[in-house]
Parts: sequence; structure tokens; C-alpha cells
Amino acid sequence: MMMQIFPLGDSAFQVKLGTAISPDTLQKIRSLMQLLEESEIEGITELVPSYTDIIIHYQPLVIDFKLLVSQIKKMAAEIKPNSAVDYKTVRIPVLYGETFGKDLPHVCQHSGLNKEQVINRHCEASYLVYMLGFTPGFCYLGGMDKAIATPRKEVPDSKILSGSVGIAGEQTGIYPIESPGGWQIIGRTPLRLFKPEKDEPFLLEAGNVLEFYPINKDEYERLNEHNDG
Amino acid sequence: MGKIKILKPGLLSTIQDLGRVGYQQFGMPVSGAMDTHALQMANLLVGNKPSDACIEATLMGPEIEFMTDAQIGLAGALSDVTINNIPVDAFTNHLVKKGDVLKTDIFKQGSRLYIAIAGGFDVPVVMGSQSTYLRGKLGGYGGRALQEGDEIEIGKGRAICQRRLNPDCLLLPQNTNTINVIAAIESEAFTLAGITNFLSENYTVSSQSDRMGYRLNGPHIAHRHGADILSAGIANGTIQVPAHGEPIIMLADRQTIGGYTKIANVISADLPLLGQMKAGDKIRFKEVRLDEAHRLLREQNEMLLRAITAQNN
Repeated sequence: MMMQIFPLGDSAFQVKLGTAISPDTLQKIRSLMQLLEESEIEGITELVPSYTDIIIHYQPLVIDFKLLVSQIKKMAAEIKPNSAVDYKTVRIPVLYGETFGKDLPHVCQHSGLNKEQVINRHCEASYLVYMLGFTPGFCYLGGMDKAIATPRKEVPDSKILSGSVGIAGEQTGIYPIESPGGWQIIGRTPLRLFKPEKDEPFLLEAGNVLEFYPINKDEYERLNEHNDG
Repeated sequence: MGKIKILKPGLLSTIQDLGRVGYQQFGMPVSGAMDTHALQMANLLVGNKPSDACIEATLMGPEIEFMTDAQIGLAGALSDVTINNIPVDAFTNHLVKKGDVLKTDIFKQGSRLYIAIAGGFDVPVVMGSQSTYLRGKLGGYGGRALQEGDEIEIGKGRAICQRRLNPDCLLLPQNTNTINVIAAIESEAFTLAGITNFLSENYTVSSQSDRMGYRLNGPHIAHRHGADILSAGIANGTIQVPAHGEPIIMLADRQTIGGYTKIANVISADLPLLGQMKAGDKIRFKEVRLDEAHRLLREQNEMLLRAITAQNN
């Protein structure tokens, strides 16, 4: 397996497993992440995967850098090219359109599709979670149907509610916390992606497969976890 | 259990510990003290665990009334310190009585002062840490900077004998400061002239600097091909160079991933000094090897153990 290791300062290093965003690279990253998590090597403090890399944070006074690198190389050598990785599927209910998806008409106009067609296209695809970042719990997803791709807004909204589901270019995503943003908002999920008060604060992680499904207003109210009504 | 009351908050005072470690893979910034070395010394002065939470004051300290008897210790930036308007030794721990008022002033050197209290601060532990993450509005006291009138619960502490901090062990900025770095994966993305500028010229901390990162002003660092990369994780002290050619050092409240080319990373042993800098301070970067960086970190840890000594009365 192709792998390169570069120091990222003196307490972290970057393990490069690919050069472009692809399901294949994601699979390598998930395989190595799984082995690293199971190994429980003393001195590793955090593992941070991204599109093509894993950043390994370590305590240099607890574990020797060279020793750690040799352990990781050994680990990576165990990964078989086509080893199956168990991707957990998470289904995300979305109330599309109306007040929570006020940019849905714009996406319709841009794509030349009607409302039902846009919703169907958005729900038919499976999305791979490549990484999280930007804000706590924000997922970078791959796999959206290009037919519904719509450019970002020229002037970003100053306030987008948590749970909002949007489209920006060829990406789709969910806002985990209320923040400003320029995405075209097509709906909102009643699920909270980020619950800092819980033992497991995040609903989603890298390597999940997301599927969206449409719900109506009554179902939304029943499932609503947001406290902003 | 007792409380303290904030009479004046100072410029920016937040509760910080050593940070929220373990959630970067979910996009959660680490936060924590900008000068972890001083935070640990302040805690050792009052017999706390080195990793306990303190108040991190910025540029000008707060005014605090104690609503119970307590023991306090300060470390970091240099400031005049008074208790009930009487000047006291800034480098020893102090027993304070209910009703006493601690005042600090505009800092004379350094930009962050840590105020520890025996028993620590009894604010909720959010995702394993009491650190305040201001942009995320979580952790610390209500997820925000301290304000006038705030009453903060303190933990159960036990007064210890007098201890003194050796001021030589503080890491404080001078006019020009050498900051050691390790070259980054993308250092080849820059022109030779750009790298030469970076390693030989002075860079100044700009006023657009905060707990998230410092923007530096100085000679242009040119890219060979472009400034954008496929986003990947970054670390405390990662130095990114966007297209405008001036470096940004990512610090405690940094986002977890970055999409700009990285030129280098500040070594761990120099992060506390960096955390004490303010707008106008000058930096000269120097490249070191990884084993050298680890040796300097080990020496700094050993210094921490020698920094605090018991006083014989």
C-alpha cells in the first residue's frame, strides 16, 4: 500500500494514503484508522482523518517518533488492497422546502427540475462521509447527483439554523450548529448532529454512509431535537 | 463550596485548561491555554494538578472578589498585583480571606496571565475539558468570556505552605524572538526566495491575531504553483501561507483542518512563548531538526518541575 509519512511539527505527523478524493483512498484511511484505534498504542492522543491523510497526534516524551512510525508501517502492511470496511449507514430525515428549505425553488430553477425531482435526486444517492471539520460535526460528503448542483450564494446568509441541509456547487451538507453560510438551503433535519452535553457528542463520523429521506411537517415535529422550535 | 465574583473582567478573561483533546476528528477545536507552561506553574503554586483549569487573562487582568477564604497563585505575563490595594509578591501563592479583592493591571511583559485557585474552578466538564471555546459558545463559564458580576464556583481546595515561582522559568517575549520550527510537508510548494525570506527576515504579530491564530506581517512568501491544497488536518503551531503570501500561525482555538499550504510548524517548546506575544512583537523563525525539538521539549518539562519551590518561613 502506498504510504508516505511527514512530520507535522514535533507532536504530530501526517500519514498520506492517496493524492485525490476517492472511495478507494477513504477505504485505506478507514482500514488504518480501525487498526490504530484497536492497537491502543500508548502516547497517541488523537487521530484526525481527512480526504487523503491521517494526522496522528502523539506525545513525544511518551513514545519515540521513529518507533511509532515503524509500528504504523507494520500495521499498514497488514492492510489488504481490497479489505472490506464496514461502513455504517445513517438515515437522515429531512423536511424539504417550505420555511426550512427556502432556497429549494432556486435549486429547481437552476437545475430545470421540479421540486419532487430535486428531492428524489437528493434522496436517491448514498453519500460517503469523507471527513468532518469547518465547524464541530460538519461532514464533507461525496456522492451528490450533479444534476442538482447549484452555486453558492453570492451574499452569504448571516444566520443558518442548525440542522439545515444545503447544496454548494457539487457538494451537499448539513449545518450542525447555527452559523453564517452561503449554501442553498433545501430543507432541515430534526436530528441534532452535535450534542456537546452527551458522552457521544457527535451523530456522524468519517466513514459513515448517509441517506436522506423526506418527512412531512408532523413527522418533523415528532422527531424534533432542536430547542429553537 | 465557595465562589469568586468578577468585579471587572479585564480585556478578555476565559476559563482554560490543557484543552479538549480527542474530538478533532469530529471537527472540534482543542482550545486550552495559550501558554500551557504558565498555566501549569500557576496550578503548582497552589497544589492543584498541573492540568487544572485557570482564568486566562489577556493584556489586562481582572478584578476579583473572593466570597470565601481561598488560596491563589499567578503565573505568566508580568503585572503589578494587589490584594485589597496592597502590593504583593506576584510570584508566591497567597491566602485570601472572604471579602478580599485581587487586582492586576495592564501587563508589563507578556500577554497572558493565569490565575489559579486551590481546588480549581467548578464549571462543567464539556467533552472532557473545562476550556472555553468562544466561537462554539461552549465550555468554561457559560461558553463565554467572563463578565462583570459573574460568580464562579470553586472546587474544594486545601491550603498548602508558601510556594514561590522562579521568575526565570517564565517564558516571556523580548523585542525580537527566535521561534524554532520544523519544515512542513508542503515546504516545497514555495519559491526558494520565499523560504529564504521566511527563515531570515523579521515577521511582526499583527493586530488581527487572537486565540485562533496570529496573522503575521512581513516579507512576501511566494508560492510556486498556488496556495490551496486538498484540506487536511493541522496542528497547534502549524504555519499556513495563503495566496497573499503572509504567514498565519494556527493556535489554541484553530479549526481542525486547513486548506492552505503549510510552510512549517512551531515546535512544542516554543508555543508557550508564542502564546505570550501580542500585536507588534517580532519573530525570527529558525529551522531545527525533530530530535532537537524533542530535546527542547524535554528540557522545558524538567524546568517546570524546578520552577516552583517551597518557601521556608
